[in-house]
Amino acid sequence: MIAATVNLELIKENYLKALGKTQRQIVVCAGTACVANGSLKVFEAVKEQVEKKDLDVSVKLESDKDADVVMAKTGCRGFCQVGPLVTVRPQEYHYVRVKPEDAAEIVESSVADDKPVERLLYSDPATGNTCRTTKDIPFYTRQNRTVLDECGKIDACNIEEYISHNGYFAARKAFTEMQPQQICDQVLESGLRGRGGGGFPTGKKWALTLPQPGEKKYVICNGDEGDPGAFMDRSLMEGNPHRVLEGMMIAARAIGADEAYVYVRAEYPLAVSRVSEAVRDAEQLGILGEDVFGTGSSLKIKVLEGAGAFVCGEETALIASIEGRRGMPNPKPPFPAQSGLWGRPTCINNVETLATVPLIIQHGAEYFKSMGTENSAGTKTFALTGHVANTGLIEVPFGLTLREIVFGIGGGVTDDDGSILKDGFKAVQCGGPSGGCLTEEHLDLPIDYDNLRNIGAMVGSGGLVVMNRKTCMVQIAHFFMQFTQNESCGKCVPCREGTKQMLRLLEDIIEGRAALETIDLLERVASAVSKGSLCGLGKTAPNPVLTTLKYFRDEYIAHVVHGKCPAGQCKAYAMPEIDPEKCIGCGLCKKKCPVDAIEGEKKQPHVIDQDKCIKCGACAEACKFNAVIGM
Amino acid sequence: MSCEACKKQKFEKVCRILEEHQADKSNLIPILHAVQREYRYLPEEILTYIATSLNMPPAKVYGVASFYAHFALEPKGKYVIHICDGTACHVKGSIAILEAMQQKLGLDKEKCTTDDQLFTVETVSCLGACGMAPVITINEDVHGLVTPEKAENLIEEILEKEKA
Ligand SMILES: Cc1cc2nc3c(=O)[nH]c(=O)nc-3n(C[C@H](O)[C@H](O)[C@H](O)COP(=O)(O)O)c2cc1C
Ligand code: SF4
Ligand code: SF4
Ligand code: FES
Ligand code: FES
Repeated sequence: MIAATVNLELIKENYLKALGKTQRQIVVCAGTACVANGSLKVFEAVKEQVEKKDLDVSVKLESDKDADVVMAKTGCRGFCQVGPLVTVRPQEYHYVRVKPEDAAEIVESSVADDKPVERLLYSDPATGNTCRTTKDIPFYTRQNRTVLDECGKIDACNIEEYISHNGYFAARKAFTEMQPQQICDQVLESGLRGRGGGGFPTGKKWALTLPQPGEKKYVICNGDEGDPGAFMDRSLMEGNPHRVLEGMMIAARAIGADEAYVYVRAEYPLAVSRVSEAVRDAEQLGILGEDVFGTGSSLKIKVLEGAGAFVCGEETALIASIEGRRGMPNPKPPFPAQSGLWGRPTCINNVETLATVPLIIQHGAEYFKSMGTENSAGTKTFALTGHVANTGLIEVPFGLTLREIVFGIGGGVTDDDGSILKDGFKAVQCGGPSGGCLTEEHLDLPIDYDNLRNIGAMVGSGGLVVMNRKTCMVQIAHFFMQFTQNESCGKCVPCREGTKQMLRLLEDIIEGRAALETIDLLERVASAVSKGSLCGLGKTAPNPVLTTLKYFRDEYIAHVVHGKCPAGQCKAYAMPEIDPEKCIGCGLCKKKCPVDAIEGEKKQPHVIDQDKCIKCGACAEACKFNAVIGM
Repeated sequence: MSCEACKKQKFEKVCRILEEHQADKSNLIPILHAVQREYRYLPEEILTYIATSLNMPPAKVYGVASFYAHFALEPKGKYVIHICDGTACHVKGSIAILEAMQQKLGLDKEKCTTDDQLFTVETVSCLGACGMAPVITINEDVHGLVTPEKAENLIEEILEKEKA
């Protein structure tokens, strides 16, 4: 028996009707960060309080049931730093840093009554204004959330809710009203470029896969997200898994595939379970499976867990890993489009790329092109982290400047203790281990694929790590080198040995064993590694070194020539001194110093004998008055 | 339970896992995941058993298991502590947390698991909660905005709980 085709309109209508009948919705963020801060306990506490009021509370709105209060758990809303977040609808009161103890007050005032709980609202540190809804919070108002829009608004695990937001309408259109070539054309026309790193035009990739001969083709969704500092793919998979599946359906239709894989990294257990649940729900409703939207086409999606190897994000390595082998890259060509998974034509796209596609099919290429810049259409999600006041996940159109992101949305650069550090900006590392460091002079550059590439950096997956002036750029270069060196799969010599040598050279600089020639040698090895390596990992591994050498050469020179770490971070160059203004002469440091390098009378400022000092830092740690400086 | 019996039980679990994955070579990684969930690591004899069942050379199975960071060939502690050393966490001081924990538990770069098999301390690159950097996980639980003191307290709490 063939099941009747799923009726999206009817599901939507019933769902909205049910929603209209409920008085209140209480939405609790259940993204990874908020859960870590106790949001699940908040959820339970609020539920308990609602039940106490004798209200009929439902934890999942279903189109055939009525409830007074519906509670939902969403995925990450991006503003993790002030989580756990709770929203009360329809007023959209947006509460931050909610604790289980606040539950009674929330229910009392905003559910039973109609008033917000003032003390739980976000207050803008810049103006002191209290923000009732997300529409008043600068972190949100300066963004343009389209791909992330529903992420954090909808119940990630409720397919009906997704449909009520016009979910799966684009997939249906692709299957029933559009020809594969037409889909490829429209996506190409939209200007969408891959969000996974390379920025290859998505429509072009699909159009290359479509005419490949053979009955069997595959779509792979790359959810490996190995870049440290990036978590947009995770948030999409956790917060709106159906959107990712819908994008995969459209891709499958566009290239003629009937099987697809989602490859999720093992470190993301919540993403694995949400995507798996979404697949099950979509199959149950008859959206995925044998007869997609009554067209006779079938599509099966499988979820696979990675096993912790960064290189597996590379396409050919990813394929090897799905086939059950060591995830080592192979030379291209042949490209996966020609010969991919089990030798069949395969299209690999990033999570965010795929999640963007339904928007284009739904609203058209023009709509998408209207955002962004000429060669980089649309919006991009960035993970804004590091020394910045508002960390979190943001989405902005291409073409925005770094200044707007760091100072407008991010709220400025912070000191180590979190307070705003005026004039503290030093650099932004963009694009992870394949990317580069940008400086003050780039703050007003409109961000897009080409502009970033021109200055040696890269959009990459979209990690933006802000660094204040107390950060040592040589150490940052060393940090990324350590990462790529660890993750090199070892297949080719330039990457395996070259990254090791680069790491040694950087160590020499940090530990005070280097000379000017070390810098030249580092530069030469870097260019050999990037020219000679087989895959993107090795090819881009030198980028952080090269950009810091380009923009912060002074700092390298200060280390090797002047014997100084300008940021005061490298222990080998430390010159611990006691500030006589701050020192009260308590003598604690003197007691702790292992080599008796500190002298001084009680209640008199102490002094460190530089010749004896071994720069262990014990004095700085011991001093309660921060009188030891230069450490 | 006699030794024979527990051995049999060991392989029974593996058999069940293999069955669930149609004893198919291409499912090797999901199989290893499932086995590791069961034993917290991949015992050598079980790797050999898997190889035989899948009709693969044991070296190949071992090669795959050792390639991926997630697979452990040595037993891990009851509490596996992952300290994120991704970019965001690194610039916010993850190394200080690592050092504090290592010092507290008498561990170092080479030695990641305590002698009583209670704790394993390792770094990982990015747990995907960078907004709350620095981040650590203890088994499934994620902790954000961690300081060395907070990390030490978490260990104290576990020790208390274990004593009780
Ligand atoms: C070492 C390495 C790691 C990569 N890691 C990822 C990743 O984690 N996620 C991802 O989507 N793409 C990653 N990529 C890029 C992918 O290989 C591929 O280009 C991308 O998934 C294609 O999708 P897109 O066209 O939608 O960007 C990586 C590339 C390299 C060389
Ligand atoms: S470049 Fe590095 S990661 Fe890529 S194949 Fe070569 S050794 Fe492996
Ligand atoms: S511990 Fe600090 S205040 Fe006390 S003597 Fe040393 S430098 Fe001075
Ligand atoms: S996890 Fe709640 S806002 Fe990010
Ligand atoms: S860098 Fe630590 S969670 Fe991402």
